[in-house]
Amino acid sequence: MSTPANNGPKSAFSTFNLVAGAIIIVGLIITVIRFTQGIGSVTNLDNNNPWGIWIGFDLLCGVALAAGGYTTSAACYIFGLKRFHSAVRPAILTAFLGYALVVFALQYDLGRPWRLPYPIFYQQGTTSLLFEVGLCVMLYLTVLFIEFTPAMFEWLGWKKVRKVVVKLTLALTIFGVVLSTLHQSSLGALYTIAPSKLHPLWYSPYMPLYFFVSSIAAGMSMVIFEGTLSHKKMHHMMDEEYLKHHDGVVLGFGKATSLVLFGYFFIKMIGLAYDNNWHYLTSGYGLLYMTEMLGFVALPCFLYAVGVRDKNLGLIKKAAIITVLGIVFNRFNVSLIAFNYHLPSSERYFPSMMEIGISVFVVTIGVVVFRFITTRMPIFFEHPDYKSDH
Amino acid sequence: MLRRTFLGVLGATCVGAALPTGAKAGGKEFKGYPGSKGVLFDATRCIGCRKCEAACNKVNNLPEPEKKFDDLSVLDTKRRTDAKTFTVVNKYNGPENPVFRKSQCNHCLEPACASACFVKAFKKLPNGAVVYDESVCVGCRYCMVACPFEIPTYEYDEPLTPRVMKCTMCAPRLAEGKLPGCVEGCPKEALVFGERDELIKIARQRIRRNPDRYIDHLYGENEMGGTSWMYLSGVPFNEIGMREDLGTKSAPELTAGALAAVPMVAGLWPVLLGGIYAVTQRNSKVADEERKEAVDNAIARASAEAEKTLSEALKKADVANKRQIEVEVKKAVEEALAPKEEQEENSEKEES
Repeated sequence: MSTPANNGPKSAFSTFNLVAGAIIIVGLIITVIRFTQGIGSVTNLDNNNPWGIWIGFDLLCGVALAAGGYTTSAACYIFGLKRFHSAVRPAILTAFLGYALVVFALQYDLGRPWRLPYPIFYQQGTTSLLFEVGLCVMLYLTVLFIEFTPAMFEWLGWKKVRKVVVKLTLALTIFGVVLSTLHQSSLGALYTIAPSKLHPLWYSPYMPLYFFVSSIAAGMSMVIFEGTLSHKKMHHMMDEEYLKHHDGVVLGFGKATSLVLFGYFFIKMIGLAYDNNWHYLTSGYGLLYMTEMLGFVALPCFLYAVGVRDKNLGLIKKAAIITVLGIVFNRFNVSLIAFNYHLPSSERYFPSMMEIGISVFVVTIGVVVFRFITTRMPIFFEHPDYKSDH
Repeated sequence: MLRRTFLGVLGATCVGAALPTGAKAGGKEFKGYPGSKGVLFDATRCIGCRKCEAACNKVNNLPEPEKKFDDLSVLDTKRRTDAKTFTVVNKYNGPENPVFRKSQCNHCLEPACASACFVKAFKKLPNGAVVYDESVCVGCRYCMVACPFEIPTYEYDEPLTPRVMKCTMCAPRLAEGKLPGCVEGCPKEALVFGERDELIKIARQRIRRNPDRYIDHLYGENEMGGTSWMYLSGVPFNEIGMREDLGTKSAPELTAGALAAVPMVAGLWPVLLGGIYAVTQRNSKVADEERKEAVDNAIARASAEAEKTLSEALKKADVANKRQIEVEVKKAVEEALAPKEEQEENSEKEES
């Protein structure tokens, strides 16, 4: 009945497999409906609300939470913080899967998904910020894939190819940071075209900067959060090297995130003052805004700082969860809740069950693939053939 | 001095790149194609007969509506354009009588949809019409997000070939020298088709001649950088469902800052990050060297001390050895002499 989770071959009918299997079956059914009956048959999207949670969650949150890839590799390889080395591979893998799933989820939302290469290869709409997003995401997905391949080559035993790729690390890291800066910020810039639709508390000419800075906090919090989860579930795949450095990574990232959140809070206030929007704070949307700023930016900033001071890993991990939730909250506010604020409530959007189903389906696929890869490839441990080869 | 100037220029460039607003050259403003056409809608003349809707439906071969176009009861509910309806007339409460307002694509001079589209599916034609090319559309619907007038609509129920649908200003009919369907269908001349510049003159003249009848504002002359469709009204525009807070900036102006920052990030980041990398590499190299030096020093010091202790120990051992030898020799001598002395004593005893 209860075999220890970490010992021996597991039953194919574990709780995880059953739940994941059920979600995937439901997801496949919705997929069939979507591609035979049209987007309208599975979503609550309409002419006033062309973008729903498939953009708000799958794209905006997906990209922000996958920011751990560029932040961790930049910290390790560019800023020379070698002690974060053990966190690079899990972060790169999470980022690669995150972006791959963003592109996958986009197939549902696009009217004619097979034309996705059009803007890049057929006719370039260079005046569009969405073009920038598309181009950067495509290039960055390629970069992440190449950055991920050493783990795969070690698993396959392809030593020569691996050596070539490892030599590219620095160039790939720098390219990755450039691309991330551009598309993380241009996701925010997407909304600069619609000042009349986004509530003034969220609309700002600084939105690109806000999205970029908050993605750094999101990425690092996600590394802490995902590391904690993996610690519980994948402990048997971790080597001493990884475990030895784990606490140090949590402390270091906690410290950095606290500072980034502080900076983010500060520039958000500058934006508020720049547009002189203080009077909106007393409105209903003001309450929402303050909840976001105080509960999901200032609070985790403080908790991180205290956690680092007291070396309290539990507190840092709590702060990471709050920050991750906060980024989701912020992206939802921009794309769904404070967007189209001028419309009467009867014309506002709320996702349908099937839309939510597809989002859950996409996340589940991500977790399943993550488990598949981390139980086989050297992600949480160093491959015995390549010890201290970095 | 030269270096300082260089640093100053570099600093100014960085700050300039970080600023979100207009990196475009100053004063560059698109005022529309010369001689481009437009339509003037006069809300004081519209009687809500829906003849324009019927004409639009007919000339664009759109599907039959649920309720016939002569059924005016639909005016009691607020409607918007959709994939099967390119124009709608809505009824609003005026001070005395109801006011009617037609809505359709406003054909902006610098359209938000065209600026937002990442495959250039939208195009502003020199004759004024904003047209859509379904053969490249990916269906991302960013045009719908971008449009401040909430005009583009989507065929959400089309599984494989959904299109963005909106008024085309009857571009195909204009090419044949005909009027847009709605303009031709209007029995009250609430719609006037003509060159945009002419329409502005006509509108100003109407306001000047009947200042009591009109609000002194031509909606669309400057809104969102100007539109090819323009509106006259006897009641404030926000009372007939038109937003007065759109401003006069065109969509490209709103995104120009973000777009201008792209090449700067692509240019500056590699240099900056490469520099940081070089510094951290240098730092760790220096740290390594210092560590090595410190270790060498420590080893040297330790070995010197060890040698000193050793030699002292050796010296001490030497002295001790010597002493021991002396003692041993003395002992041996004493031992060797002892029997002799004994003998002597014995012989002395015997003698006595």
